[in-house]
Amino acid sequence: MNFVTPTIDWAALTPIIIVLGAASVGILIEAFVKSPVTRRTVQLGLAVVSLAAALGVVIAQWATLEGAGTVAMAGMLTVDRQALAWMSILLVFGILAMLLFASRDGGGAFTELGASTPGSLEEKLARRAGLAVTEVYPLALFAVGGMMLFTCVTDLVFLFVALEVFSLPLYIMVALSRRRRYLSHEAALKYFLLGAFSSAIFIFGVALVYGATTVTNLDMIGRGVTMIADADPILLTGAVMVVVGLMFKIGAVPFHSWVPDAYQGAPTPLTAFMGAATKAAATAALVRVMFVAFAPLEWELSWLIWAVAIASMLLGTVVALVQTDIKRMLAYSAVAHAGFILVAFAGLEGEALTALPFYLLAYGLGTIGAFAVVSQVRERAEDGGVGAEAVRLGQWAGLGKRSPLLAGSMALFLLSFAGIPLTAGFIGKFEAFSAAVAGGAWVLVLIAVLASAVAAFFYVRLIVLMFFTDAPEGAEETIAIEDSALTRTVIYVTAAAILILGILPAGVLDLFADASVLLVNAG
Amino acid sequence: MQSLIWLAIALPLASAAVLLLAGRRADAWGHWVGVAASGAAFLVGFLALIEMLGKPAEERALDTTLYTFIPGSDLQVDVGLLADPLSITFVLLITFVGTLIHVYSVAYMEHDKDRRRFFAYLNLFVAAMLLLVLADSYLLLFVGWEGVGLASYLLIGFWNHKPEYATAANKAFVVNRIGDIGLIIAMGIMFTTFGALDFATVGQLVGNASTTTLTAIGLALLLAACGKSAQFPLQSWLGDAMAGPTPVSALIHAATMVTAGVYLIVRSAPIFNGAPDAQVVVAIVGAITLTLGALIGMAKDDIKKALAASTMSQIGYMMLAAGLGPIGYAFAIFHLVTHGFFKAGMFLGAGSVMHAMNDQVDMRRFGALKGAMVVTWVTFGLGWLAILGIPPFSGFWSKDKIIEAAFVGEGWQPWVFGLTALIGAGLTAFYMSRLFFMTFHGKARWTDEVHPHESPALMTVPMIILAVGSAFLGLFLAVGDRFSHFLEPVTGHVEHHEPVLPVPVIMAATLILVALGAVFAWLKYGRAEVEEVAPAGSLATITARNDFFQDSVNRAVFQRPGQHVTRTLVYADAAIVDGAVNKQARGWASIGEASRKVQNGQVRSYAATMLVGLVIVVAVIVVGGL
Repeated sequence: MNFVTPTIDWAALTPIIIVLGAASVGILIEAFVKSPVTRRTVQLGLAVVSLAAALGVVIAQWATLEGAGTVAMAGMLTVDRQALAWMSILLVFGILAMLLFASRDGGGAFTELGASTPGSLEEKLARRAGLAVTEVYPLALFAVGGMMLFTCVTDLVFLFVALEVFSLPLYIMVALSRRRRYLSHEAALKYFLLGAFSSAIFIFGVALVYGATTVTNLDMIGRGVTMIADADPILLTGAVMVVVGLMFKIGAVPFHSWVPDAYQGAPTPLTAFMGAATKAAATAALVRVMFVAFAPLEWELSWLIWAVAIASMLLGTVVALVQTDIKRMLAYSAVAHAGFILVAFAGLEGEALTALPFYLLAYGLGTIGAFAVVSQVRERAEDGGVGAEAVRLGQWAGLGKRSPLLAGSMALFLLSFAGIPLTAGFIGKFEAFSAAVAGGAWVLVLIAVLASAVAAFFYVRLIVLMFFTDAPEGAEETIAIEDSALTRTVIYVTAAAILILGILPAGVLDLFADASVLLVNAG
Repeated sequence: MQSLIWLAIALPLASAAVLLLAGRRADAWGHWVGVAASGAAFLVGFLALIEMLGKPAEERALDTTLYTFIPGSDLQVDVGLLADPLSITFVLLITFVGTLIHVYSVAYMEHDKDRRRFFAYLNLFVAAMLLLVLADSYLLLFVGWEGVGLASYLLIGFWNHKPEYATAANKAFVVNRIGDIGLIIAMGIMFTTFGALDFATVGQLVGNASTTTLTAIGLALLLAACGKSAQFPLQSWLGDAMAGPTPVSALIHAATMVTAGVYLIVRSAPIFNGAPDAQVVVAIVGAITLTLGALIGMAKDDIKKALAASTMSQIGYMMLAAGLGPIGYAFAIFHLVTHGFFKAGMFLGAGSVMHAMNDQVDMRRFGALKGAMVVTWVTFGLGWLAILGIPPFSGFWSKDKIIEAAFVGEGWQPWVFGLTALIGAGLTAFYMSRLFFMTFHGKARWTDEVHPHESPALMTVPMIILAVGSAFLGLFLAVGDRFSHFLEPVTGHVEHHEPVLPVPVIMAATLILVALGAVFAWLKYGRAEVEEVAPAGSLATITARNDFFQDSVNRAVFQRPGQHVTRTLVYADAAIVDGAVNKQARGWASIGEASRKVQNGQVRSYAATMLVGLVIVVAVIVVGGL
C-alpha cells in the first residue's frame, strides 16, 4: 500500500479556515488580553468579523463556482452549491448567535467562572471582580467551523471528526449558564454522555459499512452498495447506525432524550444557537449521506425514515402539549420539527435538496428569534435586580400589553413554527411536504399535516396567553422585561426575515434550487 | 408610472406601519405623514393615468407580475397588478377623495388622543382598497378584500370604549364574513374549472365552462358583493357602521369600500356575460335594495343613518346597472364615481354639522343651519342637487343613464327594472330633500347648549373641492360619452339599444317625479313645522324606521334558529363530540404525561431508550428485510 500525499485545494477551504483560524486566535486572546471588558469586545469583534468574512468568501465562491463544484483533499471534501448554501445558513446563524452571546442584560447569560462551585465564595469573588467567560466566542467559532466542515465532508471518517469538532465545544458551553447552574451542569453532562453514546453508534456504523464495502468515501460507498447483493445485513446495520448517529443530532425520536434537558439547562443564547445550527448542520450531513452513499438502500431505509419521522412528529407534538416551561415546550417543538424535516427525505426526491435548506433557514431564524425573546423576559431577583428567565407559561400572561413589539415578534415566530401562511415556516413546510409528495409518501404527508394542526394548538396557546390574558396582579414587580439593544436587534432582524421569506420566498427558493445538485466525485 | 403602480399601495402601507410602530412618538406629526402618503398615492395614480391616456385604447391595460409566490409548484400563485382603465378609475377615486378626507380628518379628529392611530388605519384602508382594485387575480383581490374588511372593522369600532360601537364593528365584520364565504366558494369553483384565478386566464377559458357553472360562480360572487356593498339581504350592517367617525363613513362607507361589490361584478363581466340568470339576480338584488334603502331613508331622523340608507339605495342603482350586462357596466362605474364625490361631500357636510352641534345627529333638533354655516350649506346643497339628478349636476348624467338602460330589454324586465329605477328617483328626491330641509331650513330647533359655527378651513376646503366635483364632474365625464369610451376596453363595446319608452319621455318622467318629491318634502319639512320629537308614525313609518325589521328578521330567521341549532349542537358537542374529544384529549394528555415520565431525567434510561430504539430499527430492517 502506498500513500500519495493529497493535494489540498486551499482556496476551496478558505471560509472554514477563516473561522477555525479566528477561533485559534481567540484562544490566544484569552491568554494575552487581561481586562475582561476589553477581552469581550475584542472577542466579539473577532468572531463577528471572521464569520462575516467567511460569509463573504462563501458568497464569492458561489458566484465564481465553476461547473458543479470543487472536490478537495483527495475526495474527502466537496464544495458544491449545496454545501455553500448550508455554509451560508450556518454563518448567518453564527453571526446572530454571537450578538446574543454578547448581550449583557442581567449580567449576561454566561457564568463568570465556569470552574467555580455554584453559590461558592469563589463565584462571588469572580462576580465582584467582573470576570466573564469570554471563551464562549472561540468555542462557538470552533463549533461553527466544525459544522461548516460537516456540510461538505464526503468521507465517513472525516465526517466523524467534524462531528466531534462541533460537538465538544457545545458540551462545554451548555455548562456555562450564569443562573440555575446546577441545571446547566446536569444538562451538559447528559448531553455529553448521550452525545458520546451516539458518536459510538455512529463510528460503529462507519466500521460496519467499511467492512461491507471496504471504503469510507461516500461516493464510493454509493457505487459499492449497488454492486453488493441486496440486503447485506452488515451493510444495512452499518447504514442504519450511521443514520441514527445523525438523527441524534437532529433530535429525532427515539434519539431525542437529550433535547429537552439540554435546551432547558443551557444558557438561552446558546440554546438558540444550538437549536438552529446543530439541526441545520446535521440535516446537511444527512442529506449527503442519504443522497450520495445510501441512495441505493432507499427502499430499506425508508422504513427507518418513516418510523422515526412519525414518532418524532407525534411524540414532539403530544408532549409539547403538556409542557408548562417555555424552553421545554420549544424543545419538544424542535423534536416535532425534526420529524417534519425527515418527512422531506421520503422518496429522496431532488426537491428535498431545495426544500431542506429553506426549511432549516426558516426554522433556525425562528428558533434564534424565539429563544432571544425568552432571554428578555426575566424574573426579578429578590434584591430587585434582574434574575433568571421567567420560563413558566403563566409568567408570560399579558406580555402583549407590556411589550407589544416583543410579544408580537414572538407571535410571529410561533406562527412560523406552526406553518401559518405568510410566514417563512409555511413556505418551508409546503416545500418539504411537496418533496415528500413527489416521492409518493402522501400518507406520511397526511400525518405530518395532522401533526402540524395539533401542534398549532400549543403555539397559539402561548399567543393567546400573551395577548388575550391579563397579567396577574403584581406582574410588574415580579417580571422584568429586559431591553438589550443587541438582543432586540437580533429579534427584529429575525422577525423581519421570517416575514420577508414568507411573503417573498421566490428569490431564496431560486437560489436554493440552484443548489439542488450534489456533486458526486467522479474519481 | 403604470408599471410603478405598486408604489400607490406601498406608500400608504409603509406609512400605516410607521404610524403604528412609532407609537406615541409620532403623535405630533403622524397625521401629516398619513396625508402625505395618501397624496403620494394619488400622484402615482395620476401619473399612471397620464401615461395610459397617451396610449391607444387597446394597449392601455398593463399587467405587471411583481413576483411569483411559490415558484415551480402546482400552486402557482403570481402576485401581479393590473392597471387598466377600470382599475385606474378606482385608484383615482380612492386616492383623490381619500386624500381630501385625510385632510378633513386632521381637523375633525384634532381633539382625539388617538388621532395618529386613526390615520394609520385610514392609510391601511387606502392601501388595502388599492390592492383590491389593482389585483390581477381573484386571490390577490381577496387579500385586499379582507384588508378593507379589517380596516373597516377597526375604524367602525375606533371608539370602542362605547360597547354599542364595538358591537357595530362586530356586526359589520360578521355580516361581511358571510359575503366572504361567497368569494371563497367562487374561487374554489373557478380553480377547479379553470385551474387558475387570474382575471386574464379566467376570461380566456370562460367559454369552456358550462352555463350552470358560470351561474354558480356568478351567484357566489354576488353573495360576496352583497356583503361588502350592503345589498339585500346582507345590508343590515351599514346603518350601524355609522358608529365610526364621520370621515370614515364618508370614505369607507360611502365613497369607496362599499362600492367594491360593484367593482367585483363589473370586473367579473366575462363570467356574468355567460350567465344571464345570475345577471338577472344581480339586477333584482339591486332593484330591491334601491327601493328598500330609499324607504328606510325616508323614515330616519339620524342624519348619518339617513345618508347610509341613501348610500345603500344608490349602490342598488349601481348593482342594477351592473346586472343589466355590458350595456350597464360603464354606467354603473360612472354613477359610482359621481356618487363617490357627492356622497362623500355630503357626509363631510354632515360631519361639519355634527361638529357644530356638539356631535348631535338627530335632524329633528337641527333646522335653520344655513345662516350659521354658509359653506356647509352651499356645499351640501350642491351634493343634494347632484344626488337628486337635477341637470347639469353630476348625478343627473350618471343616474339618468342607468334609468334609461334599465328600460332596455325584452319581456317583463325593462318594465320592472325601469319603473323601479324611475320611482326610486322620486323617492330619493323626497328623502334627500327632507334631510336637507330639516337640517338647513325651517326653524331652529336646537337644544339649549349648542352654538352652531362654521368649521375650520381644513374641513371646509375638502368639502368645497368635493362640491365642485359634485357639480361638474358628471358633465365633464359625460361629454361625448368620454368616460364610457375610456372604460370600453374593459367593459366591452355596446351597440346602441332603444329603451321600451322614448328617451325624452323617460327623462321628463324622471324630472317630474324628482320635482314632485322635492316639493312634497319642502311642504312637509321646509315650510311646515317639524316636531322636535318623532311622532309615533304609521305602521309603514315604523317599519322603515326599524330598517324593515331586518335585524329582527335576521334574529328570527338566522340568529334564533342558529342559536337553537348551536345550543343543540353545543349539547351534542358537549355530550358526544367533546366526550369523545375530551376522552381523546385526556388520552393524548395522558400519553403526553406518560411519555413525559419516560423523560425522567435519568441519563441511563435516556441511553436505554436510544439503544432500544436502535435495536428495534435494526431488527425490523435487517432481520425483517431478510
